[in-house]
Amino acid sequence: MNNTATLSYEKQRFFTPGVWIITCLAALGLLSLFARFIFGLGAVTNLDDQYPWGIWIAIDVACGVALAAGGFMTAFIAHIVHGKGYKSIIRPALLTATLGYTFVALGVLTDLGRYYNMWHILLPKYWSPNSALFEVGMCVASYVTVLYIEFLPIVVDRFKGKVNLPGMLKTFNGFFERLLKILDVSLKKVMTIFIILGVVLSCMHQSSLGTLMVLASAKIHPLWQTPILPLLFLLSAFVVGFAMVIFESLITSRSFHLKPEISVLSRLSRFIPILLIIYFGAKVIDMVSRNTYLYLFDGSLESNMYWFEIIIGFLIPFIILMFEKYRNNPTWLFIAAASVVFGVVINRLNVYLIGYTPLYADKPYFPALPEIAVTVGFISLIILLYRFFALNFPVIEEMEN
Amino acid sequence: MGIERREFLKTLAVASGTLAGVSSLKASDTTNLNPDRFGVLSDLTYCIGCRKCEWACNETNELPNKPLDSFSDTSVFENRRRPTSEQYTVVNSYADKGLDGGALNVKVQCMHCEHPPCVSACIVGALRKHPDGPVTYNASACIGCRYCIIACPFQIPAYEYENVLTPQVRKCTLCLERTIENGQLPSCVEICPTEAILFGPREELISIAHERITKHPDRYIDHVYGEHEAGGTSWMYISNQPFNEIGFPELDDKSPAELTESIQHGIFKGFSGPIMLFGLLGIIMKVMKKEEENE
Repeated sequence: MNNTATLSYEKQRFFTPGVWIITCLAALGLLSLFARFIFGLGAVTNLDDQYPWGIWIAIDVACGVALAAGGFMTAFIAHIVHGKGYKSIIRPALLTATLGYTFVALGVLTDLGRYYNMWHILLPKYWSPNSALFEVGMCVASYVTVLYIEFLPIVVDRFKGKVNLPGMLKTFNGFFERLLKILDVSLKKVMTIFIILGVVLSCMHQSSLGTLMVLASAKIHPLWQTPILPLLFLLSAFVVGFAMVIFESLITSRSFHLKPEISVLSRLSRFIPILLIIYFGAKVIDMVSRNTYLYLFDGSLESNMYWFEIIIGFLIPFIILMFEKYRNNPTWLFIAAASVVFGVVINRLNVYLIGYTPLYADKPYFPALPEIAVTVGFISLIILLYRFFALNFPVIEEMEN
Repeated sequence: MGIERREFLKTLAVASGTLAGVSSLKASDTTNLNPDRFGVLSDLTYCIGCRKCEWACNETNELPNKPLDSFSDTSVFENRRRPTSEQYTVVNSYADKGLDGGALNVKVQCMHCEHPPCVSACIVGALRKHPDGPVTYNASACIGCRYCIIACPFQIPAYEYENVLTPQVRKCTLCLERTIENGQLPSCVEICPTEAILFGPREELISIAHERITKHPDRYIDHVYGEHEAGGTSWMYISNQPFNEIGFPELDDKSPAELTESIQHGIFKGFSGPIMLFGLLGIIMKVMKKEEENE
């Protein structure tokens, strides 16, 4: 890997027609966000006492956390197991996780009725260890901090030896250089702890997001309501972590006109069928032990949604990734990774929304337009920020022969 | 990127120390319930559907209200209503399949569970089980996550979605201020003209309920709803019709909170799980690093 170089961002323009569209969507989202804080939850959402949680929790939080799993999965394989040749995917995965979790936190903030009290979870007098949500909250707060610390070296690398403040601020150049040097040295010393901590915190809250809905007991359809929901959430996070890294790496290389890093990605993709078998194996054992397979053939919406999970989330990617020639083909690899990602998204939606039936439901929930706009806007902002960091910070390596 | 073994162990010790502090917080609220805690028994065969309880509740809790005589309007019975953020209790009417062929009226409000899932769910302890029975809400602690509404097995807590800045979770308080703090009856119990709702120590109410059922087996079905449902509730019902026919959910005898709390504490007891994982990952990292260096 001697011939690696940082993506030459000077050659890239930030705005392309696609990026303009995404910018518009982001602006629309921010507008809706503004409306939410001015006019309140009732005015901009379809939430009510039957459906207190909508897409902001189901997509922004539940899917967001799952899809940001690439960060800790990459940290595990590259730093902890010291797997060779994964270096080039560490920083992109870290960037996705950092942005992903930042927007998970923002999503929560948007959804909270008394968002200004969010800091209460940090005060010991309010601590509630019985609450799975408390554990999720604490872990996400800690993990965001850990991710920012893990991200710092990228910032240091960007500016180390290049600090050049304009005008009057010039006198501080030396100071900042020394600060960066100190940061550089001290970060290298403590990073190990934060990398392990990040993996531990991830395992904790990825699973607790499943525990969360166990408390909703009979409101969740029997196809998904199981005491092992936390285990299933953790196992699916493992799968989607790798899939997401592949998915976004292929999109990034397409977007920046780079050669896809097929050798690393294909190597990474070998783990997916194994992890898929473990995940769906656990689902099947659970299904058989609770006799819930009966619901698979009743033609209901829930039953169809479960089939989607099986076909898109398991069968398609499993079959594709069993073959080496498909693993080495960017198109097939992309289809497989996208299927896994989509499958896990469907699963989170099933658990948090579609499989959720209030006791006295008189109408189903469908998100209001501003709700959709905020969710789409946040996703657009993640994409824009990813592009910004990819173009301005040493994140993506380009192979040069 | 390596750190010394000693340093690593030190971090581990510090981490486990802080985390153990978190887990030593009291595990569950159920243990400190007062044995004489209050409850309410609702005898559906006595209720005439006058809805005076609705009026009294609105009055006491300073909720939007209408003149008392307007509550004799029975047209509201055409729909099955649920408590809202502006009405803590509502009476619904069902066709009485029993002896007199009239209506069977069901007053709905917070059940004040013995082991409330909403309390277990609450991320900041804004919802609490009072040792004397009521499930209380502290708006100033609340962050407005609405997980309590997800958790409630009776779909009771209502939220002020229209309130922009200070929305609250609203529900029956069991008239905490009147009953426990001032020795009065809950306002709905006080106004009830037929004594269809009785207030008193929960244990006594359970005996009364079973006495009535034994004395008049023709008048009641043999089921005290709330004695065991969801781990028991402070508010209980006796009826002449099966409860699943008159809008009550069929629930296990265990509180849903028991399962999630055992999952949570099973994984995180003394933070042994996370600490072990931290240690394991640390060891793997050391070993794999050494192997890499040896190559």
